[in-house]
Amino acid sequence: MSIMQTENLELAFDGKAVLKKLTIPVEKGQIISILGPNGSGKSTLLKALSGNLKPDKGSVYLDGRNLAQLSAKVIARKMAVLPQSPEAPKDLTVRDLVEYGRYPHQSWWQGKSQEDDQCVDWALVQTGLLDMSSRIVSTLSGGERQRVWIAMALAQKPEILLLDEPTTYLDISHQLEIMELLAEFNQEHNITVVMVLHDINHAAKYSDCVVILHQGEVCAIGKPEDVITSHTLRTVFGVESEIMMDNGGRPVVMITGLTKRRGQIK
Amino acid sequence: MLNKQIFSGRGLRERGNWRALVLVVFTLLAVGGIILSLTKGALSISLHEIIAAIFSDNAGPSRQVIWNIRLPRTLVGALVGINLALAGAILQGVMKNPLADPHIIGISSGAGLAGVTIMVLFPHQEYLVTPIAFVGAMASAVFIYILAWKGGIRPVRIILAGVAVSAFLNSGISALMVFYSDRVHGALMWMVGGLSARSWPHLDIILPYTVVGGILALLGARRLNLLNLGDDIARGLGLNVEVSRIAMTAVAALLAASAVSVVGLLGFVGLIVPHAARLLVGSDYRYLLPASAILGVAVVTLSDTLARVAFSPIEIPVGIIMAFIGAPFFLYLLRRDA
Repeated sequence: MSIMQTENLELAFDGKAVLKKLTIPVEKGQIISILGPNGSGKSTLLKALSGNLKPDKGSVYLDGRNLAQLSAKVIARKMAVLPQSPEAPKDLTVRDLVEYGRYPHQSWWQGKSQEDDQCVDWALVQTGLLDMSSRIVSTLSGGERQRVWIAMALAQKPEILLLDEPTTYLDISHQLEIMELLAEFNQEHNITVVMVLHDINHAAKYSDCVVILHQGEVCAIGKPEDVITSHTLRTVFGVESEIMMDNGGRPVVMITGLTKRRGQIK
Repeated sequence: MLNKQIFSGRGLRERGNWRALVLVVFTLLAVGGIILSLTKGALSISLHEIIAAIFSDNAGPSRQVIWNIRLPRTLVGALVGINLALAGAILQGVMKNPLADPHIIGISSGAGLAGVTIMVLFPHQEYLVTPIAFVGAMASAVFIYILAWKGGIRPVRIILAGVAVSAFLNSGISALMVFYSDRVHGALMWMVGGLSARSWPHLDIILPYTVVGGILALLGARRLNLLNLGDDIARGLGLNVEVSRIAMTAVAALLAASAVSVVGLLGFVGLIVPHAARLLVGSDYRYLLPASAILGVAVVTLSDTLARVAFSPIEIPVGIIMAFIGAPFFLYLLRRDA
């Protein structure tokens, strides 16, 4: 069953179409990665899914209901969103920040409940941050900081987690740490993960479904091994590649060079 | 640097203690400011006499001074401090800009042009200064908001629109002052901001705004916290970003407009008091708003006392004192924290 679905989604900036009639189903419990070159509309698609951008035409459905007709709070109880490189005020502790994740579950006349505290503790344990909970977020390393933001999203107790390039600016081990963390939440807590990724191999290794965008249109959608092919990479990214399969039957991409020289790519 | 140590990794409980300590110190300063403002002046009155005058009917010689001059003036000063400090704290959060203050949303220039117009063109209708200044302040705030609107509000557009509109209105003020240079003294005093001759009627005007605005500001504290995480995060957490931003700006506008229309264009409180409070208690608005309000009371009452006493018998506008002492102190706080 689709937990989310876009239907003929269209979005334009200054009259220039960025997303063109996208119809993409998001199956419950899956990890979906969105790939594509710069300017292909990946981030725009994610913002449309999160409700941060209103579609010009078409709709986004969350659990069968039109996203545009749901209040921000109702959406936030189902779906957590992590934009690219978010920034926190300089003096917030880890726990302060994670507690904000409970906002959609609180009403303005009542303070923190016991359940809120439990959810925050749970999110801190899941992300391995319990020992750091009184540290100041801005003093942490990039990887730790990203885990704090993910913990905040988890404290929301979402069914869906949307992330925009969660591994940017991280070194390779911290990139993998974040990917493993997301895979774990997906498997153990059945959280649907939708993310924009740059690294094709990460997408191939961790995703159940890969969406490849090209100039605002879906170029390919499906299982990584079906979608990530030399042909697709050539047409979409303009690169030559060799593709092998790892032990789990997932594709591993080795980029061998540009298809054409930069200046000639149209 | 005590606060720095506590913020950088020690227990949450210690930080709670630190915040409580800062709030207590601010409160002591505010109470001290109110007492000094009541006791010091052209006539020195003991605390004992003041208490007797306020709480009993014994008509001592200083009772008139206290009831008719000192007490209302001090209370107006305290409320003005609260209003401007809260307005500044809110706007800095909403605009995510450290330079945001009541000037930015056009409150000061709007009130300024309206007030100066009355003072210069209709000097016999001085009683109109306060209501007309209030209308002018709100009108220019609304105007800036409309100008900045383009399918939603982006803080930087408000700030730029605010700068442009303020420049326009200020040129109007300058023009009036040039054309009627023989009448500018009163207008000039009002432009600097002062509590001289402020009494019970002024208190009646500002009090409802302080009460309602203060409550709304505190109710909005969590929204302000979320806005400080950035629009995308705030929206993802279920905050209606546009509505919150408009609502909190409106609260700040009412707070600032009521204060400015009563005492003139007191510039400094709304900009620096919230920063000083933020440096000491941190950016959590649930603590920052009360801390700013209390520090606002302290700063205005202490400055006003000094303004009356320093060059006695000449009284200088409180706005001058405040900027003269406050600005260096603020720079000290800034250097110390960096």
